[in-house]
Amino acid sequence: MNINLTLIGQLLSFAVFVWFTMKYVWTPIMGALETRKKEIADGLAAAERGQHEQELAKERAKDVLHEAKAQAAEIVAQAQKRAAEIVDESKDTARVEGDRILTAAQSEIEQEANRAREQLREKVGMLAVAGAEKILKKEISADAHQDIVAALAEEI
Amino acid sequence: MAGDALTSGEYIKHHLTNLTFGQHPDGSWGIAHSAAEAKEMGFWAIHVDTMFWSIGLAVLFLYFFSKAAKTATQGVPGGLQNFVEWIVEFIDTSVRGSFSARNSLVAPLALTIFVWIFLQNLMDLVPVDVIPELAKLLGIHYMKVVPSTDPNATFGMAIGVFLLVLFYSIKIKGVGGFAGELTLQPFSSTNPVVNLLFIPVNFILEFVSLIAKPISLALRLFGNMYAGEMIFILIAIMYNAGLILGLFGGVLQLGWAIFHILIITLQAFIFMTLTIVYLDMAHHEH
Repeated sequence: MNINLTLIGQLLSFAVFVWFTMKYVWTPIMGALETRKKEIADGLAAAERGQHEQELAKERAKDVLHEAKAQAAEIVAQAQKRAAEIVDESKDTARVEGDRILTAAQSEIEQEANRAREQLREKVGMLAVAGAEKILKKEISADAHQDIVAALAEEI
Repeated sequence: MAGDALTSGEYIKHHLTNLTFGQHPDGSWGIAHSAAEAKEMGFWAIHVDTMFWSIGLAVLFLYFFSKAAKTATQGVPGGLQNFVEWIVEFIDTSVRGSFSARNSLVAPLALTIFVWIFLQNLMDLVPVDVIPELAKLLGIHYMKVVPSTDPNATFGMAIGVFLLVLFYSIKIKGVGGFAGELTLQPFSSTNPVVNLLFIPVNFILEFVSLIAKPISLALRLFGNMYAGEMIFILIAIMYNAGLILGLFGGVLQLGWAIFHILIITLQAFIFMTLTIVYLDMAHHEH
């Protein structure tokens, strides 16, 4: 229990240990702690910001949805209108086409009827000549009585 | 028990003797072979066991702490880092609580003091005969394993703290301010002549309170540890006094050791806290 050189030795080693702790233990550990503290704070702030942004996005999404709905309704209305127009248009076209077809058919019928009438006339003329031949028991030259036959045919 | 030939008195004395290296009175250098021989060596001798254990423990502490510090990440800490961070944060809280000035030295100083003293005191919990008996097998006859039961160790630290107190007192307040603190209070007067008469009185009071700081620091730690060690040694003596008393001694040793866990932690904490407080006082004008 004597006070001796050990005192100085302990004093010096104490100084060295304090210096070592300061340089190689305390500073890096406090640095790591500070960095972690900052990182956690940043993380929390980021989370809060994210939440806020999410809320904003939700709001925006709602707006967009509304707009889209309105647009869709508009488009549907337009389409309906357009459909009605198309139907009307096609009705008109159909009517015109029908009329055209009808007119063509009528003119054809008329032509056919005319042709048939011509043919009938000729036949009747011939029949009249034949009838006359039989009555007169004599051949009548068709050529000689061409004018009569034609006149007959005209009358029929 | 160390050697059956020893009496109880010799046993205690043997346990309280440091392994001392120094100059023998005849001029040769070597290890002292008895307590008396160690005393004759005077100041220029060194307690090899105190130095060995205290430096060894500090190296252990610094190795693990600097290892944790080197690999310290800001991410999820591992086991060792977690433990080290827990202690570091505890010290940091204590320093922030009682030290109001800015000084980057104080917190590492407090950490070193706390862990180092705790480890030194922890050696007290190793049964008193284990290490000395092992040392005897190696041919070393004296081995005092608890460095904080050596006043050299406690005074070494206390004087280190005291030098820092003086250094910062003078650095912060200037030589004049520090001298004024020592001489112009607690008694002062508006009359200059009376004030002059007060100076020696004030100086005696303040100087005593200044000197009391390192002495109380060192003696408090030394006294507690020395007394605790002594009780362990006394309990160990009971092992030689028959089976019943030996068993009783075992129970006592266990009880005292458990109680001692509180003391060693508390003493380390007190030393650290008072260091912080003294340095805080050095940083403030009164």
